[in-house]
Amino acid sequence: MTDTRTAPRADTARAGAVVLTDVVKRYGRGPGAVTALDGVSLSVEPGSFTCLLGASGCGKSTLLSLVAGLDDISGGAIEHVDQPVAMMFQESALFPWLTVLGNVEIALRVRGVGRAERRRRALELLETVRLSGFAHKRPHELSGGMRQRVALARALAQDASVLLMDEPFGALDAMTRDLLHDELERIWREQRLTVLFVTHNVREAVRLGDRVVLLSSRPGRVLNVYDVDLDRPRRIDSAPVATLAADITDALRAEVGRHAG
Amino acid sequence: MTDLKAATARPVVVPPVDDEELAAGRASRPRGRRRLGPGRPIRLGFLIGPLLLLGVWIWGSAAGWIDPRVLTAPWTVAATAWDLWESGRLGPDLLVSARRFALGLAFGVAAGLVLALVSGLSRWGEAIVDGPVQIKRSIPNLALLPLLLLWFGIDERMKIITIALGVLIPIYIHTHNGLRSIDGRYAELAETLRLRPAAFVGRVVLPGALPGFLLGMRFAVTSSWLSLVVVEQVNATSGIGYMMLLAGTYGQTDVIIVGLVLYALLGLASDSIVRLVQRRALSWRRTLED
Ligand SMILES: Nc1ncnc2c1ncn2[C@@H]1O[C@H](COP(=O)(O)OP(=O)(O)O)[C@@H](O)[C@H]1O
Ligand SMILES: [Mg+2]
Repeated sequence: MTDTRTAPRADTARAGAVVLTDVVKRYGRGPGAVTALDGVSLSVEPGSFTCLLGASGCGKSTLLSLVAGLDDISGGAIEHVDQPVAMMFQESALFPWLTVLGNVEIALRVRGVGRAERRRRALELLETVRLSGFAHKRPHELSGGMRQRVALARALAQDASVLLMDEPFGALDAMTRDLLHDELERIWREQRLTVLFVTHNVREAVRLGDRVVLLSSRPGRVLNVYDVDLDRPRRIDSAPVATLAADITDALRAEVGRHAG
Repeated sequence: MTDLKAATARPVVVPPVDDEELAAGRASRPRGRRRLGPGRPIRLGFLIGPLLLLGVWIWGSAAGWIDPRVLTAPWTVAATAWDLWESGRLGPDLLVSARRFALGLAFGVAAGLVLALVSGLSRWGEAIVDGPVQIKRSIPNLALLPLLLLWFGIDERMKIITIALGVLIPIYIHTHNGLRSIDGRYAELAETLRLRPAAFVGRVVLPGALPGFLLGMRFAVTSSWLSLVVVEQVNATSGIGYMMLLAGTYGQTDVIIVGLVLYALLGLASDSIVRLVQRRALSWRRTLED
C-alpha cells in the first residue's frame, strides 16, 4: 500500500479490530422471515478505515448494529479485540433537550469521568471538531453539518478504539460533507481509530476508505473488496478517486440491476 | 420528531464551504414576504380574547341590551366584589377554595405521575395500572360523588380526593403517552452510549416525556377548577361555590357572577402559569408555537 500516514499503527494503545465470520442475521420466523445478512465474513484491521458499500436495504445498518452489540446475531461470530465500540448515526442522534456540551458530556458521565474533567474534556473535543463557540447552543440552533460534528465529538468522547458510522453524512449537502470528510480523515489519523463507515455513496467510500467492501443486495453478502491505494489526503473530485469509483459503480449497478430485473 | 420539524421549518440554504458556521446564524429573512404558519407570537395575546368578552359585556350592559336581572352589569359585580371583600366574606371563602384547588392538584399530579411512570416504564406496570385508570376515565367525577360522600363524609378530605381523582387522569394519559412516544432512536442512542437504567430514565425518558406531562398539566389545572366547582356546589359550608349556591337561593345574581368571574380569573391565571413553564422548559422544541 502506498500509505502516507505517518503514525505507526500496530503499537498504539487505542488500536482495535473486529473480525466477522459467516455472520447471519434473520428477522422474524417462519415464512415471513427476512434474511438480512447471509454469511458475511470480514476482518477489520486495527487502525484501518473500512467502508461498507451497498444499495439501500442490503443490510448495512443491520451489520453495524450487530457489531455494536445492539442486536443479536442469528449465526456465525463477531469477535472484538477491544470493546466497547462507539457509534454515530445519520440523523437526529443528539438529545434535543441537552445543549451541545451536555450531549458530549453525557458520554463521559457514563464512563464515570468527574465533573470538572468532564467539562474540560468535552470542550476539548468540541475544539477537535471545530465547534468551540457553540457549547451552549441546543441542537435545533445548529445546521445539519454542525449537528453531525457534535455527534462525532460525542462518539469520540466514548473513547472507544472502534468507531462505527452509519451514513453519518448522508443527509448533508455536498460541500458540508466534503468538509467533514477532511475533518474525519484528520481525526482518524490523529487518534488512530479503527473506522467502519457505512455509505451508499460510492465516491464517498473511495474518498475515505483504505478498503471498500461491496455488499450484495438482499441477503447481504460480501460481493467484492477493493483496496484503495491512493495517497492521503484525498479529494473526492480527484481523477483517481473518480476512476475507481466508476469501476465500483459499475459493479454496484450490475448488482442492483440483477435484483430489480 | 422535533428534528424533522426543525429541518422542514428551516429555509433551504446551501452553505458555502468555509462558512458553514455562519449558515447557522442565518439571520434575516426577506421582509414583507408572507410566511406560512401563524406568524410571530403576540405579546400578552392570550388576554385579548377575554378582554374582548369583557368589552362586549360592558358595552351590552351600558347600552341596556343586557337585562341586569339576567346578567348583572360589570360595575355592579365589581362593587359587589368589593363589598364582599370589605365585609370579610370573600377572603376566607377564596382562601378555602384556593387551598382545595392546590391540594387536590398536588395530590392528583403526584399520583398521576407515579402511575404514568409505573405503567410507562414497565410492561407489567402497564398491565396492572392502565386498565383501572382507563375505567376511572370513563366514569365522570359527578357519578362518583355519592360513593365518595359515603366513604369520606363531607369533610375536606372528600373534596380533595375528588379533585385529585379528576386531575390524575389527564396527567396519567398525557405523561404515559409522552413516555411511550419518545423516539425509538433516543433509546437506541442511549444503548450505544451504554447509559445505565437510572441515567436512561433521568436523562432521556423524563426530559422526553416532559412535553406530554406539561400538556397533561394544562388539562389538570382546568380539571382541578372544574372539580372544585362541583364539590363546592354539591355540598360545602365554605368556599366560592358555597357562596354562589347561597346567593342563588337568595336571588343575588351579582354574587353568583362574582363567583363565576373569580373562577374564570383563577382558571385563566393558572393556565397562563403552566403555559409560561411550558415555554421555558420546552425551548428546545421548534414548533409553530414559537
Ligand atoms: N427490525 C427489523 N425487523 C425486520 N426486518 C428488518 C429490521 N431491520 C432491518 N430489516 C430488514 O433488513 C434488511 C436490511 O436493512 P438495513 O440494514 O436497514 O439496510 P441498509 O442499512 O443497508 O439500508 C431490509 O430488508 C430491512 O427490511
Ligand atoms: Mg441503513
